[in-house]
Amino acid sequence: MKRLILLLLFIGFNSIAQEYFPKNNGIKTPNSNYTVFTNANIQKTPNELLKNTSLLIKGTKIIAIGTNINIPKNTKIIDLNGLYIYSSFIDIYSDFGLKNPKKHTKKWFEYQWNSNRDGFYWNDHIRPETNAYTTYDFDEKKAKELLKLGFGTVNTHIHDGIARGTSVITVLNNSEKNNVSILAQKGAQHFSFKKSITSKQNYPSSLMGSMALLRQFFNDANWFSKQKNGSDISIQAYLDNKNLPIIFEANDKLSSLRASKIAKQFNLDFILKGSGNEFERIEEIKNTNASYIIPINFPKPYDVSNPYAADKIALSDLRFWNQAPNNLTVLEKNNVEFALTLANLKDKKDFNKNLLKAIKLGFSKETALASLTTIPAELLRKSNEIGSLKAGSFANFLITSKPIFDKENIIYENWTQGSKNIINDRNIIPLNGKYSLAISDKFYDLKLSGKPIKLKAKLELDSLEIKSKLTYKNNWFSLIFNPLDTTKTEFVRLTGKVNNAKKIKGKAILENGEETSFILSKINSDKEENDKNDKNKNQQKSAESARSAGEKEPKIFPTTYPNIAYGNKEKPTQENIIIKNVTVWTNEKEGILKNKDVILKNGKIFKIVNAGTFKKQGFKEIDGTNKHLTAGIIDEHSHIAISNGVNEGGQNNSAEVTIQDVVKSNDINIYRDLAGGVTTSQLLHGSANPIGGRAALIKLKWGENPDVMQYKNHKFIKFALGENVKHSRTPFNSRRFPQTRMGVEQVFVGNFTRAKEYDTAKKAGKKPRYNEELEVLAEILNKERFITCHSYVQSEITMLMRVAEQFNFRINTFTHILEGYKVADKMKKHGVGGSTFSDWWAYKFEVNDAIPYNGAIMHKQGITVAFNSDDAEMSRRMNQEAAKAVKYGDVSEEEAWKFVTLNPAKLLHIDDRVGSIKTGKDADVVLWSDNPLSIYAKAEKTIIEGTIYFDIDQDKLQQKAISEERNELINLMLAEKNSGVKTQKPKKKEEKLYHCDSEGW
Amino acid sequence: MPYMVKKRQNNMKNIIFLLLLIPTIIFAQQTPAKKQNGIVTIHGATAHIGNGEVIENSLIMFENGKITLVTDATLTKKAYLGTIINAEGKHVYPGFIVPNSTLGLAEIDAVKATLDQGEIGRMNPHIRSIIAYNTESKVTETIKANGMLIAQITPRGGNISGTSSIVQFDAWNYEDALIKEDDGIHLNWPASFRRSGWWAEPGPIVENKNYVKDVQRIKDFFSDAKANNKETIDLKNKAMQGIFNGSQTLFIHANGEKEIVEAIDFKNEFNIKNLVIVGGFDAYKVTNLLKENNVPIILKRIHALPTAEDQDIKLPFKLPKLLDDAGILVALDVAGGRMERMQTRNLPFYAGTAVAYGLDYEKAIAMLTLNTAKILKIDTKVGSLEVGKDATLFISEGDTLDMRTNKVISAYIQGRNISLDTHQKQLYKKYTNKYSQK
Repeated sequence: MKRLILLLLFIGFNSIAQEYFPKNNGIKTPNSNYTVFTNANIQKTPNELLKNTSLLIKGTKIIAIGTNINIPKNTKIIDLNGLYIYSSFIDIYSDFGLKNPKKHTKKWFEYQWNSNRDGFYWNDHIRPETNAYTTYDFDEKKAKELLKLGFGTVNTHIHDGIARGTSVITVLNNSEKNNVSILAQKGAQHFSFKKSITSKQNYPSSLMGSMALLRQFFNDANWFSKQKNGSDISIQAYLDNKNLPIIFEANDKLSSLRASKIAKQFNLDFILKGSGNEFERIEEIKNTNASYIIPINFPKPYDVSNPYAADKIALSDLRFWNQAPNNLTVLEKNNVEFALTLANLKDKKDFNKNLLKAIKLGFSKETALASLTTIPAELLRKSNEIGSLKAGSFANFLITSKPIFDKENIIYENWTQGSKNIINDRNIIPLNGKYSLAISDKFYDLKLSGKPIKLKAKLELDSLEIKSKLTYKNNWFSLIFNPLDTTKTEFVRLTGKVNNAKKIKGKAILENGEETSFILSKINSDKEENDKNDKNKNQQKSAESARSAGEKEPKIFPTTYPNIAYGNKEKPTQENIIIKNVTVWTNEKEGILKNKDVILKNGKIFKIVNAGTFKKQGFKEIDGTNKHLTAGIIDEHSHIAISNGVNEGGQNNSAEVTIQDVVKSNDINIYRDLAGGVTTSQLLHGSANPIGGRAALIKLKWGENPDVMQYKNHKFIKFALGENVKHSRTPFNSRRFPQTRMGVEQVFVGNFTRAKEYDTAKKAGKKPRYNEELEVLAEILNKERFITCHSYVQSEITMLMRVAEQFNFRINTFTHILEGYKVADKMKKHGVGGSTFSDWWAYKFEVNDAIPYNGAIMHKQGITVAFNSDDAEMSRRMNQEAAKAVKYGDVSEEEAWKFVTLNPAKLLHIDDRVGSIKTGKDADVVLWSDNPLSIYAKAEKTIIEGTIYFDIDQDKLQQKAISEERNELINLMLAEKNSGVKTQKPKKKEEKLYHCDSEGW
Repeated sequence: MPYMVKKRQNNMKNIIFLLLLIPTIIFAQQTPAKKQNGIVTIHGATAHIGNGEVIENSLIMFENGKITLVTDATLTKKAYLGTIINAEGKHVYPGFIVPNSTLGLAEIDAVKATLDQGEIGRMNPHIRSIIAYNTESKVTETIKANGMLIAQITPRGGNISGTSSIVQFDAWNYEDALIKEDDGIHLNWPASFRRSGWWAEPGPIVENKNYVKDVQRIKDFFSDAKANNKETIDLKNKAMQGIFNGSQTLFIHANGEKEIVEAIDFKNEFNIKNLVIVGGFDAYKVTNLLKENNVPIILKRIHALPTAEDQDIKLPFKLPKLLDDAGILVALDVAGGRMERMQTRNLPFYAGTAVAYGLDYEKAIAMLTLNTAKILKIDTKVGSLEVGKDATLFISEGDTLDMRTNKVISAYIQGRNISLDTHQKQLYKKYTNKYSQK
């Protein structure tokens, strides 16, 4: 009803209302006049500027552009006299006119496992049926703000949920409260990785869960698109809107790559909404071949005036402040197509300032304009209507005083669909220079300066400055000042209409109330010219001196791989290396060999020869005298280098998720582990569920991207038993099955039974609905995927082996396996390996019988035994942990060393590539200062495939460089603060450290 | 049915075996040793005295629980008396001391019923750890077995956690265990930077807005306590008097540079005689101040990650050396990381890591022995192999700071030859037997 009333109200002011709309507050006055703007510089497209040209519009549309166009008789002529016309901007990623949905009302301790909606997809965070148009309402205040910045059209959606539904494309034209301003009720489909705030449904509780959910949803949609019935409102909505562009909020460079993979899998085109850090992985970003939406929310400098607080800020955060404004230039140079958005910009007024900053750093004005006009129009598939100035397009344009990205430019008018919105008065008569002000018998000097819309005044009497306040609007000039005595509150008031910039007359009201007149006359234009020349000369001079002093050129700090402390400016490269005269722990039948030269060639171990017998040239020489060379450490159980959640705790079977989706290549713990001699880590899902997620296996190739780091075709999945999966320590009853070990067995048997049926059906040529969970479990049944299972007590360990046997497969590895020593015989018989902690215990009830002799006992029973870390601190000194097998249980040193190298390689099925020093294997080796099991040993060089990724000497240089760079950046920030720039408060960078039982993002 | 019979016999055997095991399982905790009877002589070992000195071929004797001789065996002709232990090739160390420990106050981290280390409330100087100290903790057994024989049992939580006491690890009851009762009070200095938000919705780590208020609250409490209104007895005020008269030590737990600086200011403001900084990660930045004010450091666990991304990745390992080079008295601690109680058995290896990163070996030993004893003010009784001190020491097969060679073969507390058996060793034996039975 309210809307209707509003509508009715507006109709009255329409000059060009829809012909078929009734009019009840007067008579219909159809307006079929044309308007022409003459003598304008028209930027038709970002690359085409037409000088001294005319623009003819009628109603909402552009009719013609040109120097010699036919101007009908009924045309209103507006002479722009050299002003500029641009197509107005488009924000493709707006929330204009839409309200945030309401947050769910569940308490923090309440769990919600299932969806609470009927008829929709099973997950509350999948909301493709959301139709923003149904709640869209024009927002006058925000429209004004946007118009001021030069925007004329927005694509607006509700920023909530993983599938967010459709957006509205609207022109910011409220004179047309009808179907004219809405260009599309459904503009695009929107997606993200972020859950909806409207529901507390637990799934997905991790980024990898969001990704799996999206995949399952797209699979389901494809499947149902081929069925006659059976789908739901959500899937149907998605299918109905499938012809629309898809915009995906990725935020963060790595997540853009993740989203792009999903798009490719389903043959979709995602327009990726980034976050401004794309330059950090620009090659990969470029290779997605996607179009992007990029915000320009450059961070404020930190307030580093308090050194204690400044100390807490990470170099990467300091550096990002410096590098972020260069993101657009980097994207442009790499030919990445992108649209700019105001999103993420807290203070929208920073838009212009930030854009000019980017342009100063090399972002081209053409691309800047394209990213605000033609590109978003094209991405929205609305190029015919918006984004450029051509016949037939909407009359959405800006009238500006100067070229749009000129520092001095003023936007005068922002026309939306032929309706004028005045931003600044175009007709104001510019006042500038020195004037003489005559009031009664007194003569003052008045100096006016600045933009006409922000005119400043300086008033003097006999060279003494008098405080004054000037207002200049609509060509009305008024000035207030206190002429005599600042202690008295008596003022002289002047006001007059300006018709001529050289002489202004008006009335003055003196401090005593007496009314008289004033005359303001511009003085001595010759002198003014001279002044101007002087000024120009001065400017030139100062510019020159600035250049010669080498200051004004802003410095952008180099991006490193990864772009944090200890990243390298150049990615390290493979070399052919000879390590001379070293003690070699081969892990092969040769055992430990002394005085050998080890040759690494083309990323492989080439040969082990007697010291001094290899004579070829062209090898980098490393002296190994009194040092030990071993195969790189392999950590079977690690949780480093994972983005946004190690556990998908939303359901008890999460086989559909995979850590491979969320490898985080810029985790400092990769470098720290390298420094501890680790070369390969298995990144495992946590232990929240009986059936966890799939694992990633990475080589710690510091600086490379997640794909380069990962072993291809790593087919492992994490299972778990015990206290974690049965929610023994959730603060309030979670009511999730299972709550006992008895229930855990049934989760396994139940899921494998389903998987078997699914697989049988598939093999029989039937086509069941694709189910990623069952696909993965079927791989296990078919012995194509392998289980590493988090385990503690002997009963459940036995149970899982029996479940596997029942389904005719074997468990590959029990990880943690703290009571393995109690059932080592059974494990041996089953054929499972054990990857345990060296000495952890006492942290929960189920580890009461954990003993540090566990590894030794299992080893003696013939089981392949590894020690793992499950901890980012321990993983960087796994060599010491291996030595504990010597201490507890008298395992020989040679065998103990295999606990962290060859044995985990076997457990991970990669012993054909790594785990020992043998001709033909990958050149993944570590040079130690001492016996590697000794606490006094330090990894001096860690080499992966012939590339030196850690070097203890290089590390020292890095430290020095870090402290210098910090210092330089802090000084730059202090300079910013001193110059009055707003700063942000210091903040310490998060370091997410995951363990098996970590929850949340 | 010969088969059945045989099976039953086997079962019988198992039952008998089980019956034999039952007593050791039920009485898993070790029996405290009898008082020293006669003289014990250990010869031939490399003796690490604890004060920085080392004797390669040593002769050590003790009687009635006290050390009577420590000398170079090659320089004396003194007769070997009593129980003579040939320790050639082995190493003897003073019993290692664990400062700031919760051993015996809690057993299983994840089982609340077993946790007694933290009381509720902000200011709890009157809370006394000693009365909750469980001498029969199964965790402590495993600690003892690696050479840690003494600990300062310390409560946790609040601003003032409470009062600690120092015990030795071979006792029937907490009263028997005591070396020093109520030795000090523990104050957790507020953090100047901390996570905003709350645990269900955590925010970024930013400056603590309440820092000044939090500090003021502590100061107010100390001012009140110092005034010590005697008209009515206030247990909390009363518990604080030892801090002001110097009979007790104030342990301020602080890691950040700013917090440490403020803690030292605080010492001077309240004229506190004995201040120790516990934690002390950033202490290396303010060594001059620490030295001027004669403040020692109980350094948090060094098997730790750096506290910031840009930091020297090996900084935690280097801290003992950095502090020692600056002339600060340092003891090594286990607290400051996960699973502090069970990890205590790795304390020697923290010292080993410090040696790997440049610290002199005997100085590293001192950080586990005499330095700790000095900081805890028990150095007249324990902390080094010196005549007149308690015969609290142990013999290791090899270098005890390296897991490769660390094997404690016997240990003495006040001259008593204590049991080094543990629940874990028993399970080791039990299951080794299981497999050898086959």
